[in-house]
Amino acid sequence: MIELISPTRCTGCNICVSVCPMDVFQPTGGGRAEGAAPVIARQSDCQTCFLCEAHCPDDALYVAPDAETVTGITEEAVAAAGLFGSYRRAIGWTAAHRENRSADQTFRLLAPH
Amino acid sequence: MANVPGAPVSSSAASLDLETDVLILGGGPAGTWAAIAAATGGARTILADKGFCGTSGATAASGTTLWYVDPDPAKRAAAKASREGLGGHLADHGWMDRVLDRTHAAVGQLADWGYPFPRDADGRERRVSVQGPEYMRLMRRRVKQAGVTILDHCPALELLVDDSGAVAGAVGLQRQKGGRWTVRAKAVVIATGGCAFLSKALGCNVLTGDGLLMAAEAGADLSGMEFSNAYAIAPAFGSVTKTLLYQWASFTRADGEAIPGAASKGGRSVIARVLTTEPVYARLDRAEPELWAAMRQAQPNFFLPFDRAGIDPFTQRFPVTLRLEGTVRGTGGLRLVDGTCATAVPGLFAAGDAATREPICGGFTGGGSHNAAWAMSTGHWAGLGAADHARALGVRALGNGTRTLRRAGGAGLQDRPRGGHGAAVDAGTLTRAVQAEVFPYDLNYFRTEEGLTGSLGRLDRLWADAAGAMPASADTVLRVREAAAMLATARWMYRSALARTESRGMHRRIDHAALDPAQRHLLTVGGLDEVHVSTRPAPVRADPVRLDRAEAGRELAA
Repeated sequence: MIELISPTRCTGCNICVSVCPMDVFQPTGGGRAEGAAPVIARQSDCQTCFLCEAHCPDDALYVAPDAETVTGITEEAVAAAGLFGSYRRAIGWTAAHRENRSADQTFRLLAPH
Repeated sequence: MANVPGAPVSSSAASLDLETDVLILGGGPAGTWAAIAAATGGARTILADKGFCGTSGATAASGTTLWYVDPDPAKRAAAKASREGLGGHLADHGWMDRVLDRTHAAVGQLADWGYPFPRDADGRERRVSVQGPEYMRLMRRRVKQAGVTILDHCPALELLVDDSGAVAGAVGLQRQKGGRWTVRAKAVVIATGGCAFLSKALGCNVLTGDGLLMAAEAGADLSGMEFSNAYAIAPAFGSVTKTLLYQWASFTRADGEAIPGAASKGGRSVIARVLTTEPVYARLDRAEPELWAAMRQAQPNFFLPFDRAGIDPFTQRFPVTLRLEGTVRGTGGLRLVDGTCATAVPGLFAAGDAATREPICGGFTGGGSHNAAWAMSTGHWAGLGAADHARALGVRALGNGTRTLRRAGGAGLQDRPRGGHGAAVDAGTLTRAVQAEVFPYDLNYFRTEEGLTGSLGRLDRLWADAAGAMPASADTVLRVREAAAMLATARWMYRSALARTESRGMHRRIDHAALDPAQRHLLTVGGLDEVHVSTRPAPVRADPVRLDRAEAGRELAA
């Protein structure tokens, strides 16, 4: 489930508000126009699809793998484990990991083995 | 806001009021392919998504293999034959041929549009799979470039129909901007996906059968709804229901004892049996270490839960569960009446997981490759079909003066019920009651007449309440409609499952464990207050094969 929006990393672009298919986030204050960070308003609606993380340009979100329970993990713990932005890097959506966009090796797994 | 079923639509009742040639409901693979086809063909096109076109649905979150087969006659024949028995000999070779052709062309378009397909050691581009986020980000871009108007976070609540009964648009919510929307359209494409009953299967909580309910309210019927009990393996704590890599798993009890026969393919029912009484653990210890890196690169999201939970799935055991994927990985859905993907209702088309995939899958799961191919193909054809339908209607008005439009929705929308009780229904309570009938393995995975009959009795009583109900508040109308759609879907599923007194495809009857050659037919199901099932002939076989008891036994074992 979505656990946290890092207040230090978030620039208030509010892309997560738009892209979350379950409408979990809610803008605050002036929203995007004023660079105000959104809040997690409907946490239990989160379907743990990780797509908000994939689309966050600032690596400011963390989705815990637990689909049913809130873990309460802290920003410090996520940062210490190097987990901010880890999904975005894996799919090649960061500048430094572009080669991962075409790294899909499924064709090897489908071959007879 | 008053919403009387059968009441004329007034413009002032909606805060966003648009008209168009083609309206597409749903912005996953099927909806985006439909939108591109319709708009490229010159139709004014609007796409409305419950969530966000580009992240909504099962594909964006997960990724998928593709039923992509070179146009080599031997390879094509093998591709078709490989699922013939598994699907219970219900697939249609004509449909398979055209889906294979169309998918090949569509995947070629993806490459032309810049999808970054990987290359193998020989430098050959390999087009047998797509990563979900990448694929659907690209599709959104192409939809916009085609000139389509996208309405994100605009769930549809009900269809509009004209005096002749033809579908003529839809009404919905703007859940972020507030207020309602009304789109008058000459044709509507249902591309809202299947129904996974809010099981938290990956990306599937958007998929609550909304389009199936809306279409049925307008008079459409469905097919193959007995093939609706797909369960996928996931870590017990997590949402990632991707099963490809579990072919390298061993499955054990808490004490470490191997579970005989347990496997992802061909032994999933064994896992379900054990899970009814005790936990099951998995470990991907059948994968050679030299394959580990490729597995990570094939499915980055498969490893997210493990990396974040501090589990090495290759060397450490983790508890697994089976999450219901319902008709998403099943094959049932709206019945198509022709190759344009028209439904039984004029002006209404269906594509992707919202439509029955029996024509290419028969009764066996269409998950992954086949469903992806089906979405690309039927999306394209439904978009073209809807655009042609709109063109044929020509300049006939869209409800402004000459064509009176009425709302087709019922359950959960009844402010002034006609014959209903008019009381409010609580979405959460209704949802949990439906889940209690469709989640349990001993009701849905392992079906019996007794179990199905008991469930149907309870589900029918729930429907009797829901049919005349109004939502508790304007804020809950979407959740109430979702619950009503899941309820309707469950009743179509179980009524069909009760009628098929055999085991075929994924439909497994404990009290009718064998395949019955006399039941090689398709089941049409429809209706809301009264659910009715009828049979229709299965497609003629391209290659007649002898189907004796021995073969039936082998198919069931598969």
